[in-house]
Amino acid sequence: MATISSTGDTNFRIGMLIYDTRYRSYTIQIIALIIFMLAAAWLVNNVIENLAALGKTFSFGFLNDTASYDINQRLIDYSSTSSHARAAVVGILNTLLVAILGCITATVVGVVAGVLRLSNNWLIARLMTIYVEGFRNIPVLVWILITVAVINETLPAPNQFRGADPDASPLLGGMLVLTNRGFYIPAPVMGDMSMAVVIVFLLSVGVMIGFRRWAKKRQEATGEILPLLPISLGILFLPTLLVFFLLGMPITLEYPELKGFNFRGGVFMRDSLIGLWLALSLYTGAFTAEIVRAGILAVSKGQSEAAFALGLRPGRTMNLVILPQALRVIVPPLISQYLNLTKNSSLAIAVGYMDATGTLGGISLNQTGKEFECLMLLMAFYLIVSLSISAVMNWYNERVKLRER
Amino acid sequence: MKVKGAIIAAAAVMAVSAAANAATLDDVKAKGFVQCGVSTGLAGFAFTDANGVWDGFDVTFCRATAAAIFGDANAIKFTPTTGKTRFTALASGEVDILYRNTTWTLSRDVDLGFTFTGVNYYDGQGFMVRKSLGVKSAKELDGATVCIQTGTTTELNLADFFRANGMSYEPVPIETNAEAQQKYLSNACDVYTTDASGLAATRATFEKPGEHALLPEIISKEPLGPLVRQGDDQWADISAWVLNALIIAEEKGVTKANVAKLAADGSADPEVNRLLGKEGSYGEMLGLPADWAVHAISAGGNYGEIFERNVGESTAIGLARGLNQLWSKGGILYAPPFR
Repeated sequence: MATISSTGDTNFRIGMLIYDTRYRSYTIQIIALIIFMLAAAWLVNNVIENLAALGKTFSFGFLNDTASYDINQRLIDYSSTSSHARAAVVGILNTLLVAILGCITATVVGVVAGVLRLSNNWLIARLMTIYVEGFRNIPVLVWILITVAVINETLPAPNQFRGADPDASPLLGGMLVLTNRGFYIPAPVMGDMSMAVVIVFLLSVGVMIGFRRWAKKRQEATGEILPLLPISLGILFLPTLLVFFLLGMPITLEYPELKGFNFRGGVFMRDSLIGLWLALSLYTGAFTAEIVRAGILAVSKGQSEAAFALGLRPGRTMNLVILPQALRVIVPPLISQYLNLTKNSSLAIAVGYMDATGTLGGISLNQTGKEFECLMLLMAFYLIVSLSISAVMNWYNERVKLRER
Repeated sequence: MKVKGAIIAAAAVMAVSAAANAATLDDVKAKGFVQCGVSTGLAGFAFTDANGVWDGFDVTFCRATAAAIFGDANAIKFTPTTGKTRFTALASGEVDILYRNTTWTLSRDVDLGFTFTGVNYYDGQGFMVRKSLGVKSAKELDGATVCIQTGTTTELNLADFFRANGMSYEPVPIETNAEAQQKYLSNACDVYTTDASGLAATRATFEKPGEHALLPEIISKEPLGPLVRQGDDQWADISAWVLNALIIAEEKGVTKANVAKLAADGSADPEVNRLLGKEGSYGEMLGLPADWAVHAISAGGNYGEIFERNVGESTAIGLARGLNQLWSKGGILYAPPFR
């Protein structure tokens, strides 16, 4: 009896690489890989040849050279005698600062706006619609420029605070000075024994977390709900304040004072930082609001109806029933918003904020003429930051996603 | 997708390299115009007029270069560049020559791979402040907020100046002159610093120029001049001698008005005859037509005429000749002999 063998013992013919579905995908992938590698090799070769043709060498030695330029916002020690590498680090820290501040604010703004857009109050819902549509439909660069221009043009200049009858005066009894060059707030000055206050505060935080855990367990066991907020606040602040006053107020505040051309002392938040931070937060917040709204709407109506039926108030329903479920939908698209915000922060140079693009990819590049090296480093930095944000958010997503049992 | 991106990028790199290698004069002749890099907009030096036509001090030198090659001052296209983008634009071959208030420094000449071919404006870095501040000297600027353009020698000089005098300051880096102007006028900076010529040019565009003062200190030497890519000596020579020809023309009294007549009738001065191509074959040596200098001078006049028309004392910018006067009249403008 003649049988047709369907196993692979037929003779292999070269045509099977294309016509046989078992091999076709491999063939295509290998060809694509070869083309890709050829293109990459050609590209690298081109770069080497062209750098040689321009008489340029490829080296990162310039990073150790003196930068000789100043940077206004420095989170670490830096002067014009520091190296280009240090200037790059200053820029990188500035990028991270605005990115972290921006991500936090964008999340808060986004969650609030997203929830409020679903509000039954017609006015609030429409206002949020205007906010969302206004911000996400205008380029972020325009918002950044507008915000900084508004700060520059509308707020008083430092010398308007001068004189017996000044045009402008500090707010909140000298605590907050709003000038068109930036905002000043008091800086804490740590005196003797101030560490004791800090330690007590940290201990209070620990105790408060412990208390909340205990309260939750107690609630699960007995069903009784304690007034969590007042007790937590009490634990958090009372011991610290007690120690603070017992030790004779070791932490004092340094107030900003007008000296010479500008205010000195206190913490100075530059117009560029504030403008960039605000614009990025509000812009990304608008997208986040839509993501939050989508997440909430994705939770079936039966969930909230069930919660209401159990007698939960709307606030509790939102916090305990809807948001935890909505998070599963919200977190994945939120990751890309965080990435966007971080990458958009490279527009900082438009308002003179010295981020990584401004130092490493800007002045250092320009003064040394090492375009290729600087841009490679810059790309590597943004890649690493983006991948780190992704990794953290993916870990969080794993935690909140539905456990299938 | 990845492959496609790589090929596009590779093609871009190729296109760039083609421009950088060949003889620039041949390339320029083949495309029929000179591509000149200028400032994005600096009153008196490089700006577009109401009809969108480029004009100004630097622009006129560009036009003279084009006229020397093609006999036509309009055989030219302009690329506005910022302090940051100018060197990349020149290195990549996007522009053939850069006339953009660029300071001649060792590292730019040697390390960046460019050749400076002369100085068309001797400048120095100055400071502009509001008169109402009552500041009389740059030494009083401790703690001031200073607006600077990034990617310039200005910010390096500034860092040196404040360090040398043991003063602190708050630098506000800005990309273009227009943005810096807005910041300064809104009082977000106390001081605006750049080359003194640029300050005068910027101040001339203010609503109330009288309220602003230039401080007496000039803290640096800023020889501003044209530059080309290193390694093409013929092109560098052309750029250098167009500039020299315009300076010699002023020295010899050859003006926009009389150049045609002198070129036709000849002059008693042999150097003028050599300059205008009546004697010798100097154009040929440069790879240009014999009457190249006639066209270059016809484009905007000699050096003195270009200066007076664009930035001189009769204009809103009102710069004195100062160092930029001929060597024979007390300045340091000195061109090698034309022979």
